[in-house]
This record gives sequence, structure tokens and C-alpha cells, in this order.
Amino acid sequence: MAGRIPLFLLACGSFNPITHQHMRLFELARDQMHQTGLYRVVGGIVSPVSDGYGKQGLVASKHRLTMARLALHSSDWVTVDDWESQQSDWTETVVTMRYHYGRIAAQYQQRTGLSKYPPTENSGEPVLKLLCGADVMETFKVSGLWRDDHIEEVVGRFGLVCVSRGTRQLDRTVHESDVLSRHRQNIFLVREWAQNEISATEVRRALRRGNSVKYLLPDSVIDYIKENNLYTQDSEMKNKEIKLRPLTKQTILQD
Amino acid sequence: MASEEKTKVVLLACGSFNPITNMHLRMFELARDHLEDTGRYKVVKGIVSPVGDPYVKKGLIKACHRVRMARLATENSDWITVDDWECQQIKWVPTANVLRHYHGELISNENIDDDVDKGKGRKRRKLEDNENAGQSSRINTNADTPQLKLLCGADVLESFGVPSLWKTDDIEEIVSHHGMVCITRSGCDPEKFINQSDLLYKHRENIHVVREWVTNDISATHVRRSLRRGQSVRYLLPDPVVNYIQENNLFSAESEQNNADVILAPFQR
Repeated sequence: MAGRIPLFLLACGSFNPITHQHMRLFELARDQMHQTGLYRVVGGIVSPVSDGYGKQGLVASKHRLTMARLALHSSDWVTVDDWESQQSDWTETVVTMRYHYGRIAAQYQQRTGLSKYPPTENSGEPVLKLLCGADVMETFKVSGLWRDDHIEEVVGRFGLVCVSRGTRQLDRTVHESDVLSRHRQNIFLVREWAQNEISATEVRRALRRGNSVKYLLPDSVIDYIKENNLYTQDSEMKNKEIKLRPLTKQTILQD
Repeated sequence: MASEEKTKVVLLACGSFNPITNMHLRMFELARDHLEDTGRYKVVKGIVSPVGDPYVKKGLIKACHRVRMARLATENSDWITVDDWECQQIKWVPTANVLRHYHGELISNENIDDDVDKGKGRKRRKLEDNENAGQSSRINTNADTPQLKLLCGADVLESFGVPSLWKTDDIEEIVSHHGMVCITRSGCDPEKFINQSDLLYKHRENIHVVREWVTNDISATHVRRSLRRGQSVRYLLPDPVVNYIQENNLFSAESEQNNADVILAPFQR
């Protein structure tokens, strides 16, 4: 894969808890990006959201981090990063991307002594793209959740790798958005053929009801959940009456 | 209900397991939760029984590998086991006969237990006999012997409708003497299928339908296709199985041509 652009994939989300599905996204995306013939995927980053996000049922980030680390223990290319979850307030995805790109670029610069973004083809300089499921792309439409200039930067400056069961809906979402259409060449759609909708919400529901979640997430994570009694009726009530942080933070900024 | 008053159940899954995937393993977990949630059953064991090579299904690799992978996959389960009796047979064994075999084993195990623990066992049995009076009769006369139930996806239930794949007598034996637990996903309607068959309808009490809310459609066919194309199958099957496949270079374009022009064993009857 000489001459290809080194690519880092960043997944942002609650990871409450991490499931096999989250890890599949990385595997599918890596295969697909290698097939383009342009990229060489060199690393995956899991970045759990900070507690300040205010999502209902979100357990403490130290637990979500530990579970993600346990789950990815056996992966030789996907790692967990706690920068985002260590921030006291919720961080916009684009800010997290800037941080990680800065970190990656600095590493590269140290090695080679040059850096310019966006990198010219074959310069060997790494790029960073946001890895997400189709649901994230749909949230671009939700008013107040994303700032327009942030979507522009996420898609235009960095790029998206989006995994979904059917690409038709995704094509439509891209088509119906001017900003997404403008950066169409920077959006990679990955088709997932094996339906594998293990949502963390379903996992928490099963845990609350005392049902088995074995084989939906790694054994080490299940053991950790049990030892710490993580997902209960009580934990699901966390942040119940609280507005999601993006809806309050960005409204103030935009006004 | 105290656990000793509940009916014990052993779940048997028959299939190619070519290779075993997380979905196969999930079926066991879902079935156990469902049966135990009824308050009437205690699931004591799960058996994975890979089909023998004489089944001659296209793309089927050697039973020794399929058994090994199933063992690796169930290493971390404290109740699911792998039994190679079926795939050790020289000829293909119809599922009804596989059930008969394991049922026989359960009875003989029970007899061994009885010799050890006579007085207590009899008392418990008597209580259950009264409680179960009026229920459909089964092969086992001993109420303490676990019931053996066939665990399958809704697709197996629907395959009962495929001409000459199943003998009617076999279907009758499976649903009347043993019972089935069918895992189904949204979009499937096994109740309708049961309703449309007089035979299945007659024994509907013995057919437990379990709804799978988390779609987890990892078919072994999909896994083999990905492997042939050099794509990742990680997290679709347990890590030790993925490693075993790689070490032994198991699923290739070539192995997919195994039995390519052979008629499936059930159709040869």
C-alpha cells in the first residue's frame, strides 16, 4: 500500500456501553477504505463523549472508558482516547476532530519536519475522517444539534466514513443537503450487508430486565458491568429532565 | 415456583455451523431467557450438534474443523456444549433421529442418577406428576428427566414446508414428543406458518416462538463470503474462531465448491 494516504478513523459517541456493533463499524470502514485504492488505514480512535453531554442514562465516563478499553484490548489498530471525555463540558465533534488532527499532524511533523493541511496527494501526510453510523448523518438535519459551519468543517476539511445497512437512504440524505452534496467526494458510504443492529439502548434495556447480553459485547465488558452494577433502572433515569448539551450550548453561540 | 419444581429443559441446535457465528450463540441465550421467563422451565444445558459431512451441503468444510470452531466458540459458556455424535455417523442423520439419540442419553443419565439418589427423586417426581396431569404425553415417563427441545431459527420452521426436505412423521415426532424453540426476527411471522399447518397447529403448545428484538442477522453464508473476499469478520464470531480460521486457511473460493454438484442428503432419500 505504498503511496497511499495514511488515514485515521475517529468515532465519537456515548459508548454506553461499547458493543460489537461499534467495533464492526471500524472493521467495515477499514476494508472499504482500503478498497478505494487511495487510503491506508493506520489507526482507529474511539472517543467517548463527556458526562457533560447530558444524555439520558449516560453512566460516568470512567466506566465507559474502561469498558471501551476492555473491549478493544484485542484490537491491534483501534484505541480509546479519553481527551474528549475528560473535558468538563461537552465538546463539539469538530473541536474533538481538530484536537486529534493536531495531535496526529504534530507526530507526523516531528518525524518529517513538514506539514500543510490539506495534505497534497502522496505527500505521506496523514488525514483524519469521522467514522459514524447512518444515524449520525441523519442528525445533521436536526435543528440546533449541529452548527452549519461545523458540518461544513467536519465534511469539507476532514471527511466522513458512514456505515449503513442500505445506502439508498444515505444517498437521499446527502442529496437533500446542500452542504453534504457540495462535499460529496469527501463522504464515503459503506454498506453493511450483515444486519447487526446491536444498539447500546437495547443492551441497556436487556440488562435492566435481567436478560442475557452475552455475544452482543465482549465477555470482559459484561463482567465489568456486573461487577460495578452499571445499568439499572436508576442509571437509566440519569439526566432525564436535562436538555442535551448541544441544544443549549450552541443556541447561545449562534445567538 | 422453586427451581426443582420447574421442568428442566435441554436445548439442542442442529445445523451446519459452517462456521459457528455469534448469532448461533445468541439464539441459545435468547431461548434460555424466554423459557425461564415463563417461570415454568429451567434450562440446564445447551447442545450444539454440527451436521455430518454426508449431509453434502455446498461449501461444507470437514466436520472436525466445524466441531473445533464450535468448541472454541463455547469455551466461555458455562452451559452450552458441543457434541460430535451426529457428525461421527457414517450417514447423514435426520434431525428427528438426532433428537431421539439425545433423548435416549438423557433417560439413561437419569437412570444412573436414580440409582444413586432413589428416595428423594421419587418424591419429587410424584409431586410433578400431579401438577402436569392432563398435559400432552411425551416419550419420557419420568417427569424429572429434562425435556429435549429443538432450538432453531424461524427459517427451519418454515423449511418444514419445503417438499421432501422433511418426512411428515419426523416433523410430527419432533413437535409432539420433544418441542421446538424458534427464534424469529421482525418481518417473520412464524405464528402464521404454524396456523397454516394442521400438524404444527395441533402441537402449537410445544412450539415456543421467541422474538429477537436486536437484529443480529449474521449468517454463516455472509461470513464465508467475507472471508473469501479477504474482508474482516471480526466481532461477527468469537476471536478464537476467527484466529482458527486464519491459521487453517479454512474458507476459500475452493472450499465453497465442496459438494457443488451433489444432491443434499435429505433429497437423496
